[in-house]
Amino acid sequence: MSQHADTGNAEANLKTLPGDDVRQIMWRFADRFDLQMLVQSAREVARGPVARLVAEGQRNTHEWTEEKNALLAAYDQAGITTAFMEPEQGGFIAGPKNLALALIAFELAWVDGGAATGSLAGNLGLSPIHEKGTDEQKNHYMSLAVPVQPGEERETLRPAFCLTEPLPYVGVDTGVLSGKVKIKEWREGEEPVLHVEKRGRFITNMGFANVVTAAVDSDDPRIKGSCMVILEETDPGVWDRGAPTKKMVHQLSSTSDPVFSLTIPASRIIGGYTVEDGVIVPAFNHSQIIESVFRRTRVTVGLMSSAKLLSAVEPIIRYQRGRFRGGSSGAPGSPRFDLGLQQKEDSIQRLVDVWATGEASASLGFAAARVFDEFDPLEAQKDSILAAAGVEGPRAALRYFKSKQEEAMAFLRLTRQPAGERDEARLEDLRSDVIVQYMLGEAVANVVCPACKLWNTGHGVNVMREAVSLMGGYGITEDCPGFLGQKWMDGQLEATYEGPEAVQRRQLSVTMTHDLFLAQFEGWIAELREIAKTHPQTGACALSNAMELWQWVLNHLLGAKDADGKRLYAGARQGVTFPMADALCWLLAAYYQIQDVLELEVKGAENPALADGLPGFVSFFQDLCHVQSAAAAGEVGRVCTELVFGYTAQPLWSDSCHQCCSGGQATAEGRPCLAEDGLQDYLALRTRMDSCLCGTRMAKDRAAAALAQVMIPEALDYPR
Amino acid sequence: MSGGFHIVVCGSLVPDPLQTLEPVQGPNGPGLKNEGMLPSVLDPWAGHSLFEAANLAKQVPGSKVWLVSLGPKPKLQQLMMTVAQKVPFELVVVDGNAGGFTESMEVAAALAGAINAIQGLDPSRLLLFGGCASASRDAGATMQILGEMLGIDEMFLGVDELKVQADGGLHVLERIEGGKYLASVCAGPPAMLGWATGNLPEPPNNPQVGMLNMRGIMPALQRAQAVKVGAGTLQFDAVQVPTQRRETRVVKDVPVEEIAQEIVEWLKG
Ligand SMILES: Cc1cc2nc3c(=O)[nH]c(=O)nc-3n(C[C@H](O)[C@H](O)[C@H](O)COP(=O)(O)OP(=O)(O)OC[C@H]3O[C@@H](n4cnc5c(N)ncnc54)[C@H](O)[C@@H]3O)c2cc1C
Repeated sequence: MSQHADTGNAEANLKTLPGDDVRQIMWRFADRFDLQMLVQSAREVARGPVARLVAEGQRNTHEWTEEKNALLAAYDQAGITTAFMEPEQGGFIAGPKNLALALIAFELAWVDGGAATGSLAGNLGLSPIHEKGTDEQKNHYMSLAVPVQPGEERETLRPAFCLTEPLPYVGVDTGVLSGKVKIKEWREGEEPVLHVEKRGRFITNMGFANVVTAAVDSDDPRIKGSCMVILEETDPGVWDRGAPTKKMVHQLSSTSDPVFSLTIPASRIIGGYTVEDGVIVPAFNHSQIIESVFRRTRVTVGLMSSAKLLSAVEPIIRYQRGRFRGGSSGAPGSPRFDLGLQQKEDSIQRLVDVWATGEASASLGFAAARVFDEFDPLEAQKDSILAAAGVEGPRAALRYFKSKQEEAMAFLRLTRQPAGERDEARLEDLRSDVIVQYMLGEAVANVVCPACKLWNTGHGVNVMREAVSLMGGYGITEDCPGFLGQKWMDGQLEATYEGPEAVQRRQLSVTMTHDLFLAQFEGWIAELREIAKTHPQTGACALSNAMELWQWVLNHLLGAKDADGKRLYAGARQGVTFPMADALCWLLAAYYQIQDVLELEVKGAENPALADGLPGFVSFFQDLCHVQSAAAAGEVGRVCTELVFGYTAQPLWSDSCHQCCSGGQATAEGRPCLAEDGLQDYLALRTRMDSCLCGTRMAKDRAAAALAQVMIPEALDYPR
Repeated sequence: MSGGFHIVVCGSLVPDPLQTLEPVQGPNGPGLKNEGMLPSVLDPWAGHSLFEAANLAKQVPGSKVWLVSLGPKPKLQQLMMTVAQKVPFELVVVDGNAGGFTESMEVAAALAGAINAIQGLDPSRLLLFGGCASASRDAGATMQILGEMLGIDEMFLGVDELKVQADGGLHVLERIEGGKYLASVCAGPPAMLGWATGNLPEPPNNPQVGMLNMRGIMPALQRAQAVKVGAGTLQFDAVQVPTQRRETRVVKDVPVEEIAQEIVEWLKG
């Protein structure tokens, strides 16, 4: 008798849409009351004032209107502005804040991406100071950005971040800067006075910002290289906010092209400076600062797109179900009345795709935020450990890390050995070795951040289009419940700012080949194989095979040459490296999605409030994992096959080819496409992956059926 | 008023009104479909009374606010993630059924037990606040029964305003028929006020207030005593929702007056 994997428990129906208690577990903040409150508070702002502005048509103006400006007070009031600060600076969240900011972005973008951007851009403006500023700069500016308290006589600091310049100068790809800094005056024994010339393009929050962190290059032999400086509205000189950008998206944020020509003290160089042989040497050049800023802020942008996909589910179900009600055909109680468009298989299956993508992208994004929450303290400790070890400068640091790499690998090997059979003492030593853990964390952080920015936004916007189409003509009107049309358009900006997709792909194509990342990736494959044994319904088997296929192909490409003898995996070969980066994102998203569902299954059982609904949620979410794993495997298979075979020489069309391709009896010579050594191994892996897709469409059918019966609220809860 | 008021607000959760509320017969009696999984909000009239209480406590130094909630513990914890951000209070939890299928008498008894057990509560300074009715059942009886049980003589229902006079007297406006108010004065606490909407807007969320409240809220949830109310202690013969009818007719070229007239007649039945 053949055996079948769990095909879903008919009793375990999805009863309602997932609520906060489910999300708190999946995204790992069930024990963080500060974050749970922040979520509620951000939600109130999003579904209240923000949603009302969207409904009133405020998105139809480019200007920073009074109505839009009122949002700042709402953010302040709700703790959104202060969430970024340390308690001693006036904040209320202790420790790393990546997950906190991710949740705020998610809640605001559930209604409007522009509102999320506007609120986050203030943090972005502060981030250079937060990441690399001197202690004095940090405390000063972070405290002043805390909203004015009753009785205080000051203005709240509203920051903006100014990197991008008018063409042909710098985009986010930190190229040539036209912004310049030079020494205006330097009196003996006194602090130098600097003059800054900077023009910005597309600078968020510029309609009201009163402080700007700007990237500039030296225009003076007495200043070394580039740096970032802090500009204040009250500095002497020109502070021109510029004309509002005529953007078609995110209109609840303010964007313009400012011009600055200002005199500032040298103490405004972010991170400080030293004087060597009469030359000012900034502690950090602008690329170093920007790298540490964007590696965190890009995660929140990725999550904005996830929120939009998940926010589309409820309005679409309501629209589809009620599509024919009230007309002359279809009496109450008839399938046409009760189910409307949900009678049609395609409608609900496409919605399954939208939901599965939203789940996967949220899982990837929140995982990335958590990676940074764990990584932040390690990074801070690493700096002091390096300093104590006398390691100075980036090169020395690289050498030092290289010397620790074997220990990091040893740690990974030990974690995979069975407990009891391994050297536990050594394992513990390595677990508490900050540098080892830092290196492992960094290898993952450097992948998941660009992956989530790239895939969540880029692929997310494509799927958002599907969501819009499920609402028919209504989808592309301003009145569409859930503002789906606006969210679709907005997605294009999320895919662009803080580095367009190409920039993320370029970063991934380097970081994903790092040995420490690949070693951890291998561990994830092994982990999925174990999961597949106990939870086949997740599609973990197909996913693990897809990951192995990707890994095989990466190894192959790293060594292979094309038909002209040129190396395949090389920096300039974006046609090879970029698709591999894309493929990896699919895998990572599906991997983290499965992790979140397993977490729900285990921790959900401890929450009595979930007792009724848990089996249904777990079963449904596993089906979504299966759908997503299958989609990931399909995408990876397509990319890999094209790259593996696409760069081999195409033989002349011959009888033997004809025989091969038309299914006749093939000889060894009759298979020219397989003539390359070792490609049979690829085909074996590929075939194994394909055959592991068994059951995926059954999972999709089940998930679709669940969508046709799940209970939804009577009306959307925004605008309130 | 020397030393301020001791304001005890009784309020619990009700399902979010946007949800589909469909009565179903469960193994233990009637309830709502998927009741345990529906998101909840603070019972609206009780909520108004909480905000009025916090406002009063702010104005009369030495006052203190308790929120006494009878509801399922895990759901109350979730609810606190919003309510606790609004105003400062100390939470007292009774773990039990907060659904619409309970009986005012047994709910009042459970609340009275919890209130009597509050350490440091001075009955002579007690203002018992709550909603004039609950959005889940709308019987409007619980607060009056509770007032009786606590030995309070001064009771007001449908309150929209409470002013403390210079002599310490309480000036109260109660809603009566025809959009009018009944104005009364009583000498001072103890008194029971079942609030209507009051006059205050819902305070905005402030996570900082929330974090302060949470210090006491988690221990209060852990300490909560379980009580059995509703299903299991009561028998329901029948349960049904008021039927809603939709009658649609497509007509052309009918004057507005005629349409209005028809609606008036329909309303009159
Ligand atoms: C509404 C809005 C708000 C913004 N807010 C801010 C802000 O607050 N502060 C700020 O500094 N900037 C801001 N920006 C600027 C934003 O970050 C840049 O527009 C974005 O990074 C893209 O740069 P670019 O427009 O110069 O595009 P380009 O760099 O010209 O890129 C265009 C395209 O060229 C290709 N390309 C570029 N580089 C590569 C490469 N290396 N390899 C392969 N292909 C490549 C890609 O297809 C890419 O999409 C904002 C932009 C907008 C629209």
